Amino acid sequence: MSALMTLLTLCFEFFKTGLLAVGGGLATLPFLSEMADKYPTWFTHEQLADMVAVSESTPGPIGVNMATYVGFRVMSAHGAVWSVPGAILATVSLVLPSLIIIVAVAKMMNKYIENKFVQWAFGGLRPAVTGLIAAAGWSVVELTLLDLTDFNIMRFWEAINIPAVIIFAVVLFFAMFKKTKKLHPIVFIGACAVLGVVLKL
Amino acid sequence: MKAMKEKKNEGSRAKLLCQLFLSFAKIGVMTFGGGLAMLPMLERELVENKKWVKTEEILDYYAVGQCTPGIIAVNTATFVGYKQSKVLGAIFSTAGVVFPSVVIIAAIAAVLSNFADIPAVQHAFAGIRIAVCALITVAVIKLAKSNVKNLVQILIAVAAFVVIAVFGASPVVVVIGSAVAGLVLGKFGLIGKKKEGEKK
Repeated sequence: MSALMTLLTLCFEFFKTGLLAVGGGLATLPFLSEMADKYPTWFTHEQLADMVAVSESTPGPIGVNMATYVGFRVMSAHGAVWSVPGAILATVSLVLPSLIIIVAVAKMMNKYIENKFVQWAFGGLRPAVTGLIAAAGWSVVELTLLDLTDFNIMRFWEAINIPAVIIFAVVLFFAMFKKTKKLHPIVFIGACAVLGVVLKL
Repeated sequence: MKAMKEKKNEGSRAKLLCQLFLSFAKIGVMTFGGGLAMLPMLERELVENKKWVKTEEILDYYAVGQCTPGIIAVNTATFVGYKQSKVLGAIFSTAGVVFPSVVIIAAIAAVLSNFADIPAVQHAFAGIRIAVCALITVAVIKLAKSNVKNLVQILIAVAAFVVIAVFGASPVVVVIGSAVAGLVLGKFGLIGKKKEGEKK
């Protein structure tokens, strides 16, 4: 794909993401996960997980950070001059649907929020988004904690990356435990980075 | 006289637009993670510092962010900006809230791409991916606690997961399908009776 075509595809994909991602935080992750499947030259699922880590440990809304990162990375494959325009245009495309929709409904916002059809649609969307993010999370779990190449159900334990699962369980415990759950994600990310280097994961 | 007054209004509008940009850039810098994390920053800047809005209104703005498609932080910024100064206000506020991300992430991405091939960096990221698994799991648990409470909601969430993880469908299909399912279920009184999942 030429640089310009890539840029247009990128803008289209992020416009779609901005239009359909519902909720905060990781709401855009399922769409980025789909991009990794659809455009294998853009980025891998592993690189996507790295981008999640960077986006969680830097200031700014996660969805915006990830869009900027993806835009930068995808376009830098076409030369360094393209990377910053890629970052900016991916971000602009992501926020454009919000801008249009909010401006369109702003005048009758109270009616809009209380409208029963809007309530019903979002009543269906919210639980579905939970499933969507879980599925995107599963693709990261699959490549980090498990190794499903040559998977054999009779020897399923061989598919489990034991050191990774132990670290995962410990981090999950601290992230849910009352006294430590308020810790910033960067603490867990930093600790795991150190473990990764020490244990040569 | 009239021309002078108009000019003055234009000047104060330009000033307001700059203030909107700067305030939201400040909120963008101070927000780690987005979503609910943004609420206290929003309140401090818009209610206490700028006195643009009242505390009660902040929760309304937040409800707007949750009931419109897109990133909550962006939607909230767009709406507050629109309320303050119409379309231009919306554009300046939105630009403000994403500006720090673009600068910071572009800088980090540029630096990281130079170090990506170092073995130590690769080991570090292998460790970091485990943390990411745990953080996503926590996010899913939190979402499930507030949005997946009854049988209908459990069925929708499981169906969404299976369609994506097992059948490899596009999230577009799930988003549209679940909105339609919500409308149908709502019609039969099975969903959205009293603003489900919106308790703070």
